Amino acid sequence: MHHEAPTISPLPQSGLGDDEPYAIITQDVHKRFGGDKRPIQAIDGISIRVRPGQVTGLIGPDGAGKTTLMRLIAGLLTPDSGSLTVLGMDVRTQALDVQSSLGYMPQHFGLYEDLTVQENLNLYADLQGLPHAQRPARYQQLLAMTGLAPFTNRLAGRLSGGMKQKLGLACTLVRPPRLLLLDEPTVGVEPVSRRELWQIVYQLVADEGMSVLLSTAYLDEAERCADVILVHEGRVLGQGDPAHFTRFLEHRVYCVRQKTGLKRHLQARINAESAVMDAVIDGDCVRAILKPDTPPPTIADVCWRLLPPRFEDAFVVHLQEQVRTDTPQVTPVEDLPLAAGQPVNQSPVIEVHNLTRRFGRFIAVDNLSFSVQRGEIFGLLGANGAGKSTTFRMLCGLLPASSGQLSVAGMDLHTAAAKARARIGYMSQRFALYEVLSCEQNLKFFARTYGLKGQQQAERIAWAIRSFDLEPYRHTNSGILPLGFKQRLAMAAALMHKPEILFLDEPTSGVDPIERRAFWNRINALADQGVTILITTHFMDEAEYCDRLVIMSRGAILAEGSPSDIRALARTDEHPNPRMEDAFIHLVTERPIGEAGTKHA
Amino acid sequence: MRLLGLIRKEALQILRDPSSIAIAFLMPVILLLLFGYGVSLNAKHIPLAVVADAPDAQSAGLFAAFRHSQYFYVRTEPDLTHARQALRSRQVQAIVHLSSDFSAALMNTNRQAPVQLIVNGVDANQARLIQGYVTAAWQGWMVARTQQQGHEFKTPVALSTRVWFNPELRSRDYLVPGLIAVIMTLIGALLTALVMAREWERGTLEALMVTPLRLNELLLGKLIPYFVLGMGGMALSVAMAVWLFDVPLRGSLWVLTLTSAIFLITALGMGLLISIMARNQFVASLLAIITTFLPAFMLSGFIFDIGSMPNWLQVLTHVIAARYFVVILHTVFLAGDVWPVILPNTLAMLVLAAVFLGISRRRIRKSLE
Repeated sequence: MHHEAPTISPLPQSGLGDDEPYAIITQDVHKRFGGDKRPIQAIDGISIRVRPGQVTGLIGPDGAGKTTLMRLIAGLLTPDSGSLTVLGMDVRTQALDVQSSLGYMPQHFGLYEDLTVQENLNLYADLQGLPHAQRPARYQQLLAMTGLAPFTNRLAGRLSGGMKQKLGLACTLVRPPRLLLLDEPTVGVEPVSRRELWQIVYQLVADEGMSVLLSTAYLDEAERCADVILVHEGRVLGQGDPAHFTRFLEHRVYCVRQKTGLKRHLQARINAESAVMDAVIDGDCVRAILKPDTPPPTIADVCWRLLPPRFEDAFVVHLQEQVRTDTPQVTPVEDLPLAAGQPVNQSPVIEVHNLTRRFGRFIAVDNLSFSVQRGEIFGLLGANGAGKSTTFRMLCGLLPASSGQLSVAGMDLHTAAAKARARIGYMSQRFALYEVLSCEQNLKFFARTYGLKGQQQAERIAWAIRSFDLEPYRHTNSGILPLGFKQRLAMAAALMHKPEILFLDEPTSGVDPIERRAFWNRINALADQGVTILITTHFMDEAEYCDRLVIMSRGAILAEGSPSDIRALARTDEHPNPRMEDAFIHLVTERPIGEAGTKHA
Repeated sequence: MRLLGLIRKEALQILRDPSSIAIAFLMPVILLLLFGYGVSLNAKHIPLAVVADAPDAQSAGLFAAFRHSQYFYVRTEPDLTHARQALRSRQVQAIVHLSSDFSAALMNTNRQAPVQLIVNGVDANQARLIQGYVTAAWQGWMVARTQQQGHEFKTPVALSTRVWFNPELRSRDYLVPGLIAVIMTLIGALLTALVMAREWERGTLEALMVTPLRLNELLLGKLIPYFVLGMGGMALSVAMAVWLFDVPLRGSLWVLTLTSAIFLITALGMGLLISIMARNQFVASLLAIITTFLPAFMLSGFIFDIGSMPNWLQVLTHVIAARYFVVILHTVFLAGDVWPVILPNTLAMLVLAAVFLGISRRRIRKSLE
């Protein structure tokens, strides 16, 4: 392991000589998309060096330019300027030779869903020119490694997300490449499969000496890489081994606890302290990062305990310092139906009993029961395909249930009048606003659909623009807003009519950690004013913000309770402080699951 | 090995995807049944109102002539007001009106007997047909009447007509062969464009491109399976034309097969070109329908005569491959191997095939841009 200058420098001034055979060298690469009118600078001068024989992580939030960089390296895109050398070959002039010696798995795995597992393997063996004599042995090896051996005759389209991911990997590995490029292989895949994929990758590096470049938006995966390249908005923020990114934060990260009260209230209090740069809910405590050389402030009934810094801490601090000097100010969300401070009412506003939804023979939601109290933040946590969105659509009345009862604010929204629907707000998974309308026009449209007119409408729009800091983008078409602002606008639109219940479907997917913090601050403020919030997410750590949550897998509830209740399920002697992800893996692997499971029996 | 692998993959996909099979085999059957049975450009049993202000033997004789014609279904109206009402309410398509002085004028050799014909001109084509049929009917009646009176009916010229190639003037005989051009455009261009766009949408092309695959292999890997599929659709159409619709096949089968193959390559070339430009199935299908299917339908001379189009449109039809193929199909089916027709049209198709494939080859890149 090579150790370099510890800080996040623009580029480590590598101690290695230039003659060291790097797997990838890029030199001041630029790439822009779109016409001259609205150019998007996807890659803005990236120079990196990727060492052979180890896992290098390309880490950054959505829109950072990870996929574009991957495609440039694979020769699928031509840079506007700069040079790319992969395995000693110039990508521009020797694209075909480069492609012959690397394996590339695009984001959606590149599988033919109407071919079987074996047929997909055969196709890639043909394309990569693996001699027939070598095939049986190689297939056997790959199938054993990925656990797909029992499923060779199954259509790829009918595999679970985790199995598709492994088949995609197996296809790119049919002829062992010298360099493996994996573009967000773990996004949206449940934690068990993620863990298994990492094991495979480590094995490849150890056994075959493969060089791996892996991109991910999950910051916690940085710690699994030997070397990390942090990218944001088309630039490299730094490169080095993960520990080096966090070293400067040692003695600055604390776990803050208090004996009574809600964690999110404590978080708000801690955040307001001038010595604190960042505070998030993390397990049982609030994780706070202090400004350099500042002791923890003294607050009554609050204890501070030092924590080792994590990669996400470093990333957040870095973004706050360098990229954005002003962190998004969260104006309290004022003027909602219930006065702040009103006691949390104990009558459930959402009740679900034995809710089931079938699509043909497929059971998307299987016998679900839960209830949500007024003013609660209730989470549905699960991987893609767990049935979260289907449950949501039934609750919002967008989809009839196959069987079971549900009531939202005392009604079944599928049969209830429009008036009842006016009491809920819904923010869908995809950006569902009109991209060719400006922010203001979108807000006006949504206000009108909820019957807000004249003075009232003007007031609500002014409120939305003020509370969500949309003023600079008031007249900008919503389609070209930065992702975080799109999300703010969508949430503002869902709140135009002061709903009592807010449904948020994967609202934080793809936004950077700072936006996510601002988002959760708003949600917390809403909950304090008595708004009931139902949220789905596949980010395990976000579950900590919920008052209560259910963990879903394959349409069924595996566990229900407060975050600490659920974490406690996975507590063992050797693992006294499990994280939410550990709990999830524990629940999924403990319960017997169908043959489609990712476990190989 | 790479090419074979691609072809094998494409074949498996075609076999598993019911929509490809539907476009290749079900669509031709539906279109052929629709056009073979449903569409007829001959007008028969046209509802016709006849009105005589003063009914007598002369008017009854003329009306009988209309009644005997297979083209008309005659209803007698008491007066012109009722007849007009019937025309307005579309109960009849035309009115033949004889005024009260018809018989008197007919008897008087110095006068011409007035016959008024009112035609519903909404469908111009139909109106022209009715005009023709009415003229033929009263001329027939004139000849018969003159002969009855012991005279010979004499006009300065005598037209003697013989219809070649389609003596019964069955529109089906010329619609069905023309339809084959439309069907093959559909398979060649639409299906190819769609399957390529599907690969873009699902991200599979991205994975293919980062293999040692050559571009020629990628193009051939798409062309060959859909060529086979298209020829299958063609064979089915020809079989239906000959055995189900009794369309004569006077030319030789090998000429038909060879020219079809050349046309299919042109259509595949168009499909590939579209798929290189359009990367989602919606745009690809719209482009394919607007630039290949509709022109093959409307501008190929399959239904609408190219000669009666405005000049600029006639010029435009020259880049439509179906135009040449329709002429070849009509000739091979109904006339025979008429080389002076087949050769230049085949040459034109070859030129277009070379142009489309050439542009495709130049435009395609192993790149996502």
